[in-house]
Amino acid sequence: MNNISTFIKKEFLHVFRDRKTLLMLFGLPIVQIILFGFALTNEIKNAKIVVCDYAKDAASQQIIGKLQASQQFEIQNVLLSHNQIEAAFKNGEIKMAIVFPANFNNDLLHQNKAQVQLITDASDPNTATTISGYATQILMDYQNELMQLQNLPYQIHTEMRMIYNPELKAAVNFVPGVMSLILLLVCVLMTSVAIVKEKEIGTMEILLVSPFNPFLVIVSKAVPYLALSLINLTVILLLSVFVLGMPINGSVLLLYAVSTLFIITALSLGLLISNSTASQQAAMLISLMGMLVPSILFTGFMFPLENMPYPLQLVSHIIPAKWYYIIVKSIMVKGLGFSAIWKETLILLGMTLVLLVVNIKKFKIRLT
Amino acid sequence: MKDVFLNNISKTYHKGMVQAVNDVTFHVSKGELFGLIGPDGAGKTSIFRILTTLLLPDGGTASVNGFDVVKDYEAIRKNVGYMPGKFSLYQDLSVQENLNFFATIFHTSIEENYDLIKDIYIQLEPFKDRRAGKLSGGMKQKLALCCALIHRPTVLFLDEPTTGVDVVSRKEFWDMLKRLKQQGITILVSTPYMDEAMLCERIALIQNGRIMSIDKPKNIIEQFPEDLFAVKSDTMGNLLHDLKNTEIIKSCNAFGAYHHVTFNHDDPEMKEKLIRILEEKKHMNIELKPITPTIEDCFIKLMEN
Repeated sequence: MNNISTFIKKEFLHVFRDRKTLLMLFGLPIVQIILFGFALTNEIKNAKIVVCDYAKDAASQQIIGKLQASQQFEIQNVLLSHNQIEAAFKNGEIKMAIVFPANFNNDLLHQNKAQVQLITDASDPNTATTISGYATQILMDYQNELMQLQNLPYQIHTEMRMIYNPELKAAVNFVPGVMSLILLLVCVLMTSVAIVKEKEIGTMEILLVSPFNPFLVIVSKAVPYLALSLINLTVILLLSVFVLGMPINGSVLLLYAVSTLFIITALSLGLLISNSTASQQAAMLISLMGMLVPSILFTGFMFPLENMPYPLQLVSHIIPAKWYYIIVKSIMVKGLGFSAIWKETLILLGMTLVLLVVNIKKFKIRLT
Repeated sequence: MKDVFLNNISKTYHKGMVQAVNDVTFHVSKGELFGLIGPDGAGKTSIFRILTTLLLPDGGTASVNGFDVVKDYEAIRKNVGYMPGKFSLYQDLSVQENLNFFATIFHTSIEENYDLIKDIYIQLEPFKDRRAGKLSGGMKQKLALCCALIHRPTVLFLDEPTTGVDVVSRKEFWDMLKRLKQQGITILVSTPYMDEAMLCERIALIQNGRIMSIDKPKNIIEQFPEDLFAVKSDTMGNLLHDLKNTEIIKSCNAFGAYHHVTFNHDDPEMKEKLIRILEEKKHMNIELKPITPTIEDCFIKLMEN
């Protein structure tokens, strides 16, 4: 054990003596938090919605028909009561719920005024505003058609309700995104480069020709980056709570537990890269092009996955950051517990185990 | 008692396209200072890596301390010291930190084997808080040797330890090796410098993955088949050209201030004959003297065969 602790101490020395990299590691999340989140407007297609129709009359049916016919929406379900809406949102499948009050048609025809409620999941504010805009447009169209037919000033009032993130703070969207990217960057890039560096300067040769278990070399390398990542995570969370005013709604403990799992996933990826490369440059290139870029593209915080062609959506399933992003959003923004994220956590756990097994199988006790 | 055995060891790279080591057999006795002499790319590093269990041979068997390099690699790794060709310590750690680190990795401490490294470490001590990356070439090499010795290895593998090191440090280094040998440590050292061959007890001359000769340096020199002469004149460039085009000359190589030549027949008249030929070709201040061959002459001779 004395051996391992010496080794880990040595790794920390490496990290702390490389001032530039250290500055970058801690500067990057701060800069990203400040830079990211500038509104990206995105066109949304086939957003899944539910309808809660208390009216069940001609007018509501016609509007539902129009919604269904539009390219933007895909009606998942017609619900019977308000209570089911919350459940549908927590499932995470739907983006918006539309509620028609009882006597919708009556109100419209006799009082010339009727109300519709649009409830959107604003934990993704861009999507929420965009799709509520689409829905309002469709309602307006219907209203105009009525006016032309009967020349009476019919009015449909849309009452909008954004749940989970009523102020439409962009932070809730990009903080989890930055978290997944930073953790990925630190763990995959830094770890793989640190290990390949030992190969490049030749110290790996000496370490192999020693009684030290070569696999522990790798494990010891990973420890400082696990610690660094947890510090980074704390910095990001503190920034988001105190600077961006974005509270952590769920359990902080759960958040750290899942983050540790994701860090281990990323570390295993870093190990895999270091196992299959011989130079720091190659390790860096593979980490950036092979890991970071796909993660930015397929995590869903910059480009909504719903808009992507189906094959690309399939690709997104193998990106660990995507699952972590979903989990962080569920915990931080929606304040959900483990029961809501067990599926994603299980996927991450599975990925980690597979990566670790591959690492152990591929691990070389000799030079190639 | 033999410490290192190689039997018909072969190693190829790039799926058999490059033959790095070709049917190499030799052994090193306990406490011997054995040199592997050959140019870059001769296969020295591959042999060292096979013996230190870093590479698997394609054919043949090898053992260190009686342990097989393939099967018993863990036992070998516990007992040998290895100093790879390029400077392989942590540049961002200090001298002291590097040494402490390697001592701990080998389950020992600086104090425990201090007598072994004392001579070398005393020279490093004034710089013990300096980062390894900021040391001079000679100092780096001493530090690397300290790190390789810290666990009192039974066999020490030094892969080109003096490459890129100044002449004074090289000499000091060989003196250190002699002292280590007195401690009973078997030492295998490789070098591209032929002059260092004389400092080993036995040497193997290696070229293109094949061993050309293994013996004591003295014996290798004695086996040089012809009389060797050194020739000099005022126009050395032309001289080399003219010598090569002279019928009675068997071989001719440039060697610093002189050209080394051998004749087709070792015959006392040849000397006079050559001087006459060279004078006819307008060479001035011709100097021709018999010399004892160096290892380099032997190496070139073996290569030409």
